[in-house]
Parts: sequence; C-alpha cells; structure tokens
Amino acid sequence: MQEEELQKTEKKSAYELFFDIPVGPQHPALKEPAFFKFRVEGERVVGVDVDVSYNHRGIERALEDRNYIQNIYLIERICGICNVAHTLCYAQAVEQLHGKEIPPRANYIRLMMEELARIHSHMLWLGVAAHEIGFDTLFMYVWRDREVVMDLIEMLTGNRVTTAVNTIGGVRRDVSNEAKDKVKKGMNVLEERLKYYRKVALNDPTVNARCSGVGILKPKDAIRLCAVGPTLRASGVKNDVRKDDPYTLHDEVPFNVITFDTMDVFARVLVRIDETLESVNMVRYCLDHMPNGDVRIKLPLSPPVGEAISRVEAPRGELIHYARSNGTKNPERYKVRTPTFENLPSVSEMLTSKSDYEVNIADIPIILASIDPCFSCTARMEFRDVSKGKTWIWSLKELKAHCSKSRR
Amino acid sequence: MLKEIQKSLFKKKATVLYPFKERERVHIPEGFRGKIVFDRDKCTGCLLCARFCPSGACEIVTDEKGKRPIFHLELCLFCSQCQEVCPKGAINLTKEFELAAFDRKAFTIR
Ligand code: SF4
Ligand code: SF4
Repeated sequence: MQEEELQKTEKKSAYELFFDIPVGPQHPALKEPAFFKFRVEGERVVGVDVDVSYNHRGIERALEDRNYIQNIYLIERICGICNVAHTLCYAQAVEQLHGKEIPPRANYIRLMMEELARIHSHMLWLGVAAHEIGFDTLFMYVWRDREVVMDLIEMLTGNRVTTAVNTIGGVRRDVSNEAKDKVKKGMNVLEERLKYYRKVALNDPTVNARCSGVGILKPKDAIRLCAVGPTLRASGVKNDVRKDDPYTLHDEVPFNVITFDTMDVFARVLVRIDETLESVNMVRYCLDHMPNGDVRIKLPLSPPVGEAISRVEAPRGELIHYARSNGTKNPERYKVRTPTFENLPSVSEMLTSKSDYEVNIADIPIILASIDPCFSCTARMEFRDVSKGKTWIWSLKELKAHCSKSRR
Repeated sequence: MLKEIQKSLFKKKATVLYPFKERERVHIPEGFRGKIVFDRDKCTGCLLCARFCPSGACEIVTDEKGKRPIFHLELCLFCSQCQEVCPKGAINLTKEFELAAFDRKAFTIR
C-alpha cells in the first residue's frame, strides 16, 4: 500500500495509536528476502507496505547473453519448484518462433510432467500451510507422502526437483513401460492419501479455526487487483489458462476448473487439494492415451526473426513469457511475468482490516503463505547508472513521470 | 487424525538414517544425473559440449592431443546437456551423488 493511503487510515482511527512492525528482509518466518511493514492498532493490522525488491538477479539480461539451448537451464532456475512450467513456457515460445509443432507423444509427456510438478508443488504448499497454522503433524504426513511423487519425478527425469525434461522441439526423455506402471501405482497411493487430507481439512477443528474467515479476498477485489491462479479461483472466479487458452493438450485431456466460494484461506486449501486430485486423474489419462512415436524433433539453434508470447498455468498461477528473436542464436529480448508478483497486491488487500473483517497479527503468516509466495518470482527491475555507480528503484509514479518527461 | 497417528506409531520410520546406517535404503534410480565420467579416448575435440554448457563448467584446454574439455564439477548443474550433444558418447553422468570434498582439485574431471 502506498504511504499516503497509510496516512489516510491513520486519520480515521479512534485511537490514534499505531505501531509499525517491520518484518524482514531477513526474518525467521520468511524463507526468502522480502520486507513488510505492518501498521497495527492493538492486535489489528490496519495497513501493509510490501517491498520485495531484495531479490533482483538480472535473469532477463543474462538470457540475452546465452544461446537458446543454454537458456533452457537458466530459465529453469528462475524458480526451483515451478521449473517445469518455466521450461514449458520457454520451449513453447521458441517453438512458436520456429513455427513448428512437436510430436504428439512429446506433448503427452510434457503435460504429464507439468501435472506431476503441480502435484508436488501443491503438496509442498499444503505442508507449509499446515506448519504455519501450527499443525505440524499434518505437515510431516503431507511431506512424507510427497516423497512418492518426488521419487516418480526422479525416476522419470534423473533429478528430484530440477527436471530438465522439456527442451526446444520436444522432451529429452521418453517414458518406458515399466516407468508407466510405477507412475500408475504412485498415483493410486497419492489419490488415496489426498482424499484423506481432504477429509482432514474439512473436518479438523484446528484447520477450521485457523483458516475459515481469514484472509478474505472478494471476487471483485481479486479481479481488480489481478490475482491469478489458485488465489483467484478460491475467490470463486473461474479462470485457468489451461481451459481459457489451452496449450499442449489441455483441450484434449479432461479436467475441471476448481473454484470455491468462501474466499478465505480455507478455500485456498481446498482448491489446491482438489486441483491436485484433478492432476492425478490427468496423469492417469496421459499414461493411458499416450501414442507411440518420436518425442523430439530437431530444430536449428537460431529461430527466424520474430516475436512470440506463450502462457502456462504454473502451480501458482498464470505465467507469461515473451521472446523476441533477431535471427541470431541469442534472444534479443526476453521477458518473464511470474504469478507471485501478480498476487502481491491481493495479499496486501487480504492483510488489511476492513469494517466487516479483522486481521490479527497472528494470522499474518498463514495469509501470506496462502498465496504460495515464491519471492524468486519477484523483483523485476532496477536502474543502474554505471557512470555514477548508483542503483535505484522507481515506483510506478516516478516511472510514469520519467516517461512523460522523456516523451516531451 | 488421531487414528492416523496411532497407525503411524508402529510403522517403520519414513526417514533414513543416512549416512550412518541403512545406506542401502537410499534408492538412486537408473538415469540419475550425477557425477560426470569422461572418456578421453573417445573424444574427438569437436567442442560441442563447451558450446552448449550453460554454466561454464566445461572448459577447453589444449594438451598433447589437441583441444579437449575438462569439467569443473563445482560449477556443473548436472543438466546432462553435454552428454546429449556429444556425438561420440564420451561423456556420461553416473549415479554417484556424494560429491563433497575438501579440495577443489577433486572436482575437476579430466
Ligand atoms: S552437465 Fe550441464 S552444466 Fe555440467 S558440464 Fe555438462 S552441460 Fe555443463
Ligand atoms: S562433445 Fe564429446 S567429442 Fe566433442 S569435444 Fe565434447 S567430449 Fe569431445
């Protein structure tokens, strides 16, 4: 929230007694650097100021210095957990530049890997959320069962997390028949466990007490603040890139877009569990319907001159990649728009008390965790004046002012 | 949830006492991307591996045979791109994953 808005809330208060609690940038409760300034009145949080610009890594610039093959592995490292979504998005953008389609079997494997990664990401989140509400037993159980999908990913790709499976023109590894059987068995185990966790989430008093009515995001606010992914769907808005703009084979493989209408953290828990169950079914469908054939076509290193945009529904929400090629082996410009960055305005909305809804300090961790934040997604831009050795960051207002000045 | 906890009390532990006991329960699947093994005799010096290595772990040195790659494991991402492009099959990523060492020299594969 901007400074003047904070001031406005100050004037309205009856108590005129506020404290600012700084949290971060390095804080035991946050796994990654981010700075939050909470304005509190007693236990109520009345304002938040978010600063996420501690994690600038210059990836977009670095992409321009490497060739298209090397970039796969750099793109993969934007985020560890979403690595499949990032490489998929990248590979699609580059294939679009080439104007080539990949073989159907490769598409099935891509989709299967994407959904396996979603299962693993959502289960990770469920564990973290359970930990944030102090339900560590659930956290341990979920993470134990998450090992099932981790082992499957390791068997299919050669690594537990960083899969390196998507490449330009297809996938790098085929799926053997024994591997298929093992994945099927793993999916049966996971389905049973997930159904159990769904029951726990619905019936357990701890989950209910800490999650119901906490972190409310109304549908109208969610749309206004451009929330994406499970955060948006938990506010009852049916929006999923996989349905709205199908890529790979999402128009063929059946699945439901999960929404929930209680708009709180509880809804986000259930949306994610149900989505994971959908993913389990999608993986099964892929295994049963996978055609035989090649998994990869050879493409030249340098795509023709052009531009491409590709969208993917990453576990945290909509992911957009933009690529511009000038016909050489390095991209001319590459732009990544990541979901957590889009969800940050919504989280400040959730963290601010309104007339009909209160936010307590104790609820901050779970509300923050409920968007599944991944701060490697954030910090997009900083300015550097090399001659003066100065680095700074502009707010939107300053940036606009600068643009209108230079236009004149 | 209580029932589940009771059930789990009598089950085998999910965690492995690595590295002291139960090493054999650490299961590494076929096709795991671990330590690089390089077969110098097969290599023809085409340098494709260095061209596509994303992290600069594959360095080209000149020796009596001509230009040959060496691999710096401390920089390596274990992406197996070098293995994929090598036309002679001189590079292989093995199942070896215990790569900690006190000396940097141990990380250079020739
Ligand atoms: S595995 Fe990847 S990072 Fe390591 S040397 Fe080969 S290409 Fe380079
Ligand atoms: S790609 Fe293979 S043959 Fe070519 S230089 Fe590298 S190791 Fe040698």
